[in-house]
Amino acid sequence: MSAQTEETTAARPASPSSRGGAAPPGRPREGKAQPLPYLLVLPAAALTVLLLGWTLLKNGLLSFQNLGKRQLIRHVTEWTGLDNYTNTLSNSEFWHVTGRSMAFTAVNVALIMVVGCLTGLLLARLGKGMRLLLSTALVLAWAMPVVAATTVFQWLFDQRFGVVNHLLDALGFHSMAGYNWTGDQLSTFFVITVLLVWQSVPFVAVNLYAATTTIPKELYEAAALDGAGAWKRFTSVTLPFLKPFFLATTFLEVIWVFKCFTQVFAINEGGPDRLTETLPVYAFAEGIGSQHFGMGAAISILTIVILLALTAYYLRLVLKQEEDDL
Amino acid sequence: MRRSLLGRVWPGATAVALSLAFAFPVYWMFATAFKANKDIVADTPVWFPTSPTLDHFRKAVAADGFWTLVGNSFLVTLVAVGLSLVIALLASFAVARMRFRGRRGFVLVMMMAQMAPWEVMTIAYYMIVRDAEMLNSLVPLIAIYTVMVLPFTVLTLRGYVAAVPKELEESAMVDGCTRAQAFVRVIFPLLAPGLMATSLFGFITVWNEFPMVLVLNKEPGAQTLPLWLTSFRTTFGDDWGATMAASSLFAVPILILFLILQRRAVGGLTSGAVKG
Repeated sequence: MSAQTEETTAARPASPSSRGGAAPPGRPREGKAQPLPYLLVLPAAALTVLLLGWTLLKNGLLSFQNLGKRQLIRHVTEWTGLDNYTNTLSNSEFWHVTGRSMAFTAVNVALIMVVGCLTGLLLARLGKGMRLLLSTALVLAWAMPVVAATTVFQWLFDQRFGVVNHLLDALGFHSMAGYNWTGDQLSTFFVITVLLVWQSVPFVAVNLYAATTTIPKELYEAAALDGAGAWKRFTSVTLPFLKPFFLATTFLEVIWVFKCFTQVFAINEGGPDRLTETLPVYAFAEGIGSQHFGMGAAISILTIVILLALTAYYLRLVLKQEEDDL
Repeated sequence: MRRSLLGRVWPGATAVALSLAFAFPVYWMFATAFKANKDIVADTPVWFPTSPTLDHFRKAVAADGFWTLVGNSFLVTLVAVGLSLVIALLASFAVARMRFRGRRGFVLVMMMAQMAPWEVMTIAYYMIVRDAEMLNSLVPLIAIYTVMVLPFTVLTLRGYVAAVPKELEESAMVDGCTRAQAFVRVIFPLLAPGLMATSLFGFITVWNEFPMVLVLNKEPGAQTLPLWLTSFRTTFGDDWGATMAASSLFAVPILILFLILQRRAVGGLTSGAVKG
């Protein structure tokens, strides 16, 4: 999980210094092509093109085929043109799932960012001991493997012996004793959301805290000299300084939540009645589950297109920045 | 500094509440795994394992094919992470230290690749691996996982390579080292922390990977631990003690790795986030 989200930020410090990393001494800077760099890059490039590029292409090709169980067993290729797309796009189920995925992503990302940022700011405010306590708890949640966390949350929200139902009962919500969390669409989504927020907040909080430590103290002093109060200092110094961080993290979380499969699938396999299927789970259920591989491929291409559209602004920004750095 | 009592108390109180909320699920997993069955299904939760037992762990370990899956998981993870480290080290050296045509293109491809929605592409992988008649084999899994963690590894290592002063390398070459020797003797030792931090995240990604193995490997002998863990409940009914023991066993390698490498890894990544 976290590996997916850290990379862009982590890679960045390299950029300014790599600009100076020109050709080694005694070699021509430009002109004759040196074979060495190409040899070094070749394995990485070849593997990525073969195993990722080819698969994307294959995914595209499959989406134009009628590929069910019969065609699969007989190894025949039946081209059907745009049928899979027209069928999918005219299917109201697909639009339901799309809307659901968007709402799911919006709610989760909003919660993750708000809770994560508040926790990060709290970390910056705490004394040493308290900060150590909270960051230890955060790292513990951060390090917890996704699948293990999923089973633990199933146990926490268990109908009969789960701690959550017991606590709710003890707090006076007696109707919640024995409540079946996975029996209903909204409550299943509630459990998945709590799980995702619990898993993602540490990344946002710890990074936000790290970012606040780099704000030069002089800025605050200058603001204080100008007579700025605590709130004014926060809005005029802290917030502008953290803006690039907010932008990058929000979009990384959008990518992460939107394409999230494991948690949504493992909590309740998209149930009850397929009502908690998001686009990745829907593509899996249609493609692999009902063995309409061509249809599933079309759904997955549409999912990728939607994801690209959602994150186009950020992707453009990242690519542009990278081009400037290189 | 004049602050009301409330103003002084709330940050600490919130911190304690948040710490409890974030640590509790992890604690509860271990606590349940060690509790006797009667305490697990008690009407009021038993907050501490007062009569600890290892029965649940025995049951989890005795589950069908457990050790095969442990072996598979470690094999797949170690080989994929190792391969991607070697391949990425070569590429990141070229990208950070040399100037060549196509360098920018390569970096941009890596940046796009690291955002690849793997979860959504399982159908295409299934068809490709099936056509190669390699379903239920660990080889395609290793290959896919290697490429999955490769972009992240390249981009992160690029930063670490660039951070090693070029003068070190040059002076080694002036002293008579070849370029390869300079790399092995001077740069590589300095890169070790970076390699460890990078491998942590590769390790987590592969160890956790679920959708790909779910689609590709249906045979129990070719599966990995995430599949075992998700199907554990189905196999053992609502035996929460055994399920939590299984989850603990699955989580422990990552938690240990994280504790060992955490300071360095989180520090490295966050210092990266800061300068961005």
